[in-house]
Amino acid sequence: MSEELVVNIGPAHPSTHGVCRVIVTLDGEVVRHSEVVIGHLHRGIEKMAENRTYLQIVPLTDRLDYVGSMYANWAYCRAVERLAGIRVPERAEYIRVIVCELQRIASHMMSVGPAGADTGATSVFMYTFNQREQVVDLFEQLCGARLTYNYVRPGGVSMDTPVGWADNVRAFCRTHPAAMAEVDRLLFGNVIARQRMKGIGVLSAPDAVAWGASGPVARGSGVSWDLRRDSAYSIYPRLDFDVPVGSNGDCYDRARVRLWECIESCHIIEQALDQMEPGPVMAEAVPRLLAPPPGEAYDHIESARGSLGVYLVSDGTPRPYRMKVRSPAFCNLALLPKLAEGHTLSDLIVILGSLDPVFGEVDR
Amino acid sequence: MNINKLREHLCATYPDLCPLFSIEFGDGSLTVAPERLHSAASDMRDLGFDFLGMVTAVDRGETFELVYRIQSRKMSAGIFLKAYVSREEPYISSVYDLWPAADWQEREVYDMFGIIFEGHPDLRRILLTDDWVGYPLRKDYEDERMIRRPDYI
Repeated sequence: MSEELVVNIGPAHPSTHGVCRVIVTLDGEVVRHSEVVIGHLHRGIEKMAENRTYLQIVPLTDRLDYVGSMYANWAYCRAVERLAGIRVPERAEYIRVIVCELQRIASHMMSVGPAGADTGATSVFMYTFNQREQVVDLFEQLCGARLTYNYVRPGGVSMDTPVGWADNVRAFCRTHPAAMAEVDRLLFGNVIARQRMKGIGVLSAPDAVAWGASGPVARGSGVSWDLRRDSAYSIYPRLDFDVPVGSNGDCYDRARVRLWECIESCHIIEQALDQMEPGPVMAEAVPRLLAPPPGEAYDHIESARGSLGVYLVSDGTPRPYRMKVRSPAFCNLALLPKLAEGHTLSDLIVILGSLDPVFGEVDR
Repeated sequence: MNINKLREHLCATYPDLCPLFSIEFGDGSLTVAPERLHSAASDMRDLGFDFLGMVTAVDRGETFELVYRIQSRKMSAGIFLKAYVSREEPYISSVYDLWPAADWQEREVYDMFGIIFEGHPDLRRILLTDDWVGYPLRKDYEDERMIRRPDYI
């Protein structure tokens, strides 16, 4: 037993994937204990929401998970629609599914690429970022924004798809699986990356459930739970898709589940484009100043990070009495001290990356 | 175990609350006395509601409403478990021993509302700094940096 050393990582360290501080107690190179210090990006969005109208909150939700803004938009809008009893037109539901599956690809590319960068395979990041860039270009054509979209609104989406957009999406979906196969060879076929990720940060299935893990973190451990299939919201029951699950619950499985999900997303998008028909994209007579009846509503969707829920309490005024965001990144990140124990410091970085935290959503 | 059986079982266990209690897909809620919250949560976990989705609170003036979202993956259903604690003595037992997921979630509720979770192993502020004064999500929280929007918007 050698002397223990306390090392501080972050909050502005490039390998922490955001403003996260980890206080690590090391024995030699082995992590004995680690403590995650979060809140550096806390903007008090839940408090701000209490002072804004329902429509003014949509841009705030963009700033939660800034790698996957569409999800927070959608989860929030679903909660508002449930609270106010708004029926969304069918075309809007299709567009929402398409943009959210594109968003899943864009978001996972920001996780699979850094998984390579964390394990020494830096060039993978360039390949995945190229794919993300194509999705972001599609979003720019759709709504003009590349990062904070503010596209999904209570009652539908802000505007219909531009002419030719569907063809561009189809073209992307045709090429994307091949690009993923290339990334699969480059990263998961690379012996160094495999050795760095296999058997690292093993999370068992019962632990994943008990710790509230969801999304690829839970599915990497073999927990076959996906709200798109098991909660069947929106138009997902009409679509045919698989839910990839891992078996070992290590960093390798978590990263690879994300890669497979991207390919599944392409299938979902193609089906949705085939089924989509012209029609309105916004519910009729949604007032600018929504004042839902007193009550509460919770709705959740499967975001790129897991089960993203929004809980709204209305007191009948045009502003919510309380808004709570159930953030999957927050719940998944709580696992870091447990998973990192007994691994080396360099593995802690890989484990942190495999949990895929986005600190806008962790800190809110 | 399906959702109707769960309703029957919970009604048998909490007969005084049965009239208030309805489970519908995605939305039922069960309100229990704060001292019974832990046992109710434990019951639900044993009945297949094994996933603690979120822990949060709502400031209701005289009381704080604690809201636990407990989900069943098998039944694709979730219910709200609620308890009211007084503003002067905001104490409730922690469910950390049932779900480790409660660790950070309860810390966040403590951070934002000042509710004390008895039995929590490490109840500290989580998002705000340790020297922060007050609990921001309480409705009576005052901070000179806060800007109120005018009422006409």
